[in-house]
Amino acid sequence: MTSVLYDVPGPKAKRRNLAFSVVFFVLLALLLWWIWQVLDDKGQLEWALWKPFTTSEAWTTYLLPGLADTLKAAALAMVIALPLGAVLGIARMSDHRWVRVPAGAVVEFFRAIPVLLLMLFANEFFARSTDVTSEARPLYAVVTGLVLYNASVLAEVVRAGILSLPKGQSEAAQAIGLRKSQTMSSILLPQAVTVMLPAIVSQLVVIVKDTALGGVMLGFTELLNSRATLAANYANVIPSFIVVAVVFIALNFLLTSFASWLEGRLRRSRRGTGAVLGAEDVDDLNAAEVGGTFKTGADQ
Amino acid sequence: MFDFLSKYDDPSLLGAFWVTVQLTVFSAVGSLVWGTLLAAMRVSPVPLMRGFGTAYVNVVRNIPLTVIIVFTSLGLADIFGMTMGARDDFDLMYFRLAVLGLVAYTAAFVCEAIRSGINTVPVGQAEAARALGLSFSQVLGLVVLPQAFRSVIGPLANVLIALTKNTTVAATIGVAEAAFLMKGMIENEAQTLLIGAVFAFGFVVLTLPTGLILNWLSKRLAVKR
Amino acid sequence: MKLRKVTAASAAVFALALTATACGGDDSGDNGSSSSGGGGKIKIGIKYDQPGLGLKTPQGYEGFDVDVVTYVAKELGYEPDQIEWVETKSAERENALSRGDVKLIAATYSITDERKQKVDFAGPYLLAHQDLLVKADSDISEATDLNDKKLCSVTGSTSAQNVKNDFAPKAQLSNRGGYSECLSALQNGQVDALTTDDSILAGYAAQDQYKGKFKLAGLKLSNENYGIGVKKGDTETVDKVNKALEKMVSDGSWDKAVEENFGPANYKNERAPKIGQLVQ
Repeated sequence: MTSVLYDVPGPKAKRRNLAFSVVFFVLLALLLWWIWQVLDDKGQLEWALWKPFTTSEAWTTYLLPGLADTLKAAALAMVIALPLGAVLGIARMSDHRWVRVPAGAVVEFFRAIPVLLLMLFANEFFARSTDVTSEARPLYAVVTGLVLYNASVLAEVVRAGILSLPKGQSEAAQAIGLRKSQTMSSILLPQAVTVMLPAIVSQLVVIVKDTALGGVMLGFTELLNSRATLAANYANVIPSFIVVAVVFIALNFLLTSFASWLEGRLRRSRRGTGAVLGAEDVDDLNAAEVGGTFKTGADQ
Repeated sequence: MFDFLSKYDDPSLLGAFWVTVQLTVFSAVGSLVWGTLLAAMRVSPVPLMRGFGTAYVNVVRNIPLTVIIVFTSLGLADIFGMTMGARDDFDLMYFRLAVLGLVAYTAAFVCEAIRSGINTVPVGQAEAARALGLSFSQVLGLVVLPQAFRSVIGPLANVLIALTKNTTVAATIGVAEAAFLMKGMIENEAQTLLIGAVFAFGFVVLTLPTGLILNWLSKRLAVKR
Repeated sequence: MKLRKVTAASAAVFALALTATACGGDDSGDNGSSSSGGGGKIKIGIKYDQPGLGLKTPQGYEGFDVDVVTYVAKELGYEPDQIEWVETKSAERENALSRGDVKLIAATYSITDERKQKVDFAGPYLLAHQDLLVKADSDISEATDLNDKKLCSVTGSTSAQNVKNDFAPKAQLSNRGGYSECLSALQNGQVDALTTDDSILAGYAAQDQYKGKFKLAGLKLSNENYGIGVKKGDTETVDKVNKALEKMVSDGSWDKAVEENFGPANYKNERAPKIGQLVQ
């Protein structure tokens, strides 16, 4: 589509585009130069502040344990939220009103609430009503908050995944005499899992990003929090911040690329129905339900 | 039962939610403008701009919002001296910094929503516009974007609702919005469950009507094809 | 179908419970609750981010609090390798003791009447004072100079609020996540002063990156009697810790620890306090 918006540039347009490029380049360069100047001026570029990151000890003492906690919380949240989400999502498609309505209410409720509120509440709940140690509590609170939120998002992913399958699949299953539960477990779910894979990986990015909230608000010792301990030792607030941001970007970029690789592979694959839930659907699903329709490979 | 609420007046419950609303509105307007600009860059004929737009979206979408918001305080304010015209009023300064961070983050999602909206406009529309001799900015501004906007109201509503929830991250730099107040309350009062319910209700009240209104609007304005 | 759904749901709940216990499993030891050593471990709460007092470094844990409590643990029968260090943030300290998550806490823990309601204290082992850290060329020398100035403190600490209430009602407060963020803001002129205990400030000011850039105002805005926190009612441990602290002072180890940790920071500490005597 993009190339349809403008003609193949003629000599005049080429000159104009070049002019735009030059102006934009100069603006960008000025911005970068200013950033560099300020950092230099404030002594943030001194090698002593950056040197710790070239040593293995800064990584093994602070950042890697922090990253491990980030991944641990994200993995736990995903592993627990996925089956819960599947149950909620399937329940939401039930033929029985008394199953469908409560499941729908739970899903919509938890998607409407900021994950930070869920974490804060879980943290207080664990402190008052359980004997979880104060060391382990931030992890519990972060994982609980993430599970409550992401189970409801994943419920929608599961529902969308199953709905994206061509109707012929369940009709054929009915025709050969399978019961509803058999249709779901042996025909629809296995195919939906493939459809959902890219969306699930994309959701993992959302989860990884949200763990950082626990670091600042609950003292969970994840990557962003371990940066503070590191900066207390090396007195390098800004450099440590930049390094941690880069680690987050790299990690999530890997996950995002993996998700789009999966998505592309599934779209191209001859087997299956060609239906795929991709990253864009995940963006939509992370907001509350507003009747957005799901774009699936089948109808694109 | 709700006695504990009257103890809090700086901010009060309504005051805190009012800050949440303000954060949402300012950030929504800002990110709509910046996100549209980014989307325009991503489809523009200038390769450098396309590259910048793509890089921006890919980087920002992969950073936790918490990192961005905390950076506005530790980086932009402390190092770059960006005090947002409120050097002597910390409350105002952190509020504006939070808006800046939310705009920077949300714009990436707005950009993607609009770009996918542009893709829903039939190719013939742009081709017809070009046949009439319109330039790129005219094709985009007069023909494609007006149609794209109508078809992206649904996705943009989702971004707006996500933004409303994301304003809670401003609590990390001490902006006294709803989550900030809830943290203080829940730590000091006995009625954990009640406090949780009050704040959850507040967010349901904020997000539900937004969703319903915009959903109605998107159906009404959808380009019939 | 119904049955299948219920089984799936209960399986999910079971999985949740299982994972939840699994990830906490390694923390549910006896937390060093045996009162004497032997082969057991002892969990001790310290700060991880305060140079000179309790700091996590690649070489291990360093600081005055760490040295004092290591000595105490040894007197209680625990060798250094039997100590399991736990980070106890300020807001977590009472909770961690009352739940038995840690046996002792030495984390710039001032003895106050309010805290004594919830925990018992051994000591004090150090007398510190609330002070201001300002830029080396700053003209702030009194707490009252802070009117219309910006004062940094960390979230959850009351020291800045106290200064505002008692000395400088027009001071502007800015709360950061940690003292290193405050220092960065102070260095770049975003705030004019940073307040907390002088022992903590001295440790930060002595870091290589900051040497010579800051000075302590030398005000004694309050008296902070650092004690070792023990679970409420555990008088046996309090007595043992007090004996250990007395021994530490009398055999010169206390002075050595002071010299090692505060020497480089050029922190003029008070003499060793008498056990059980609080300076109000």
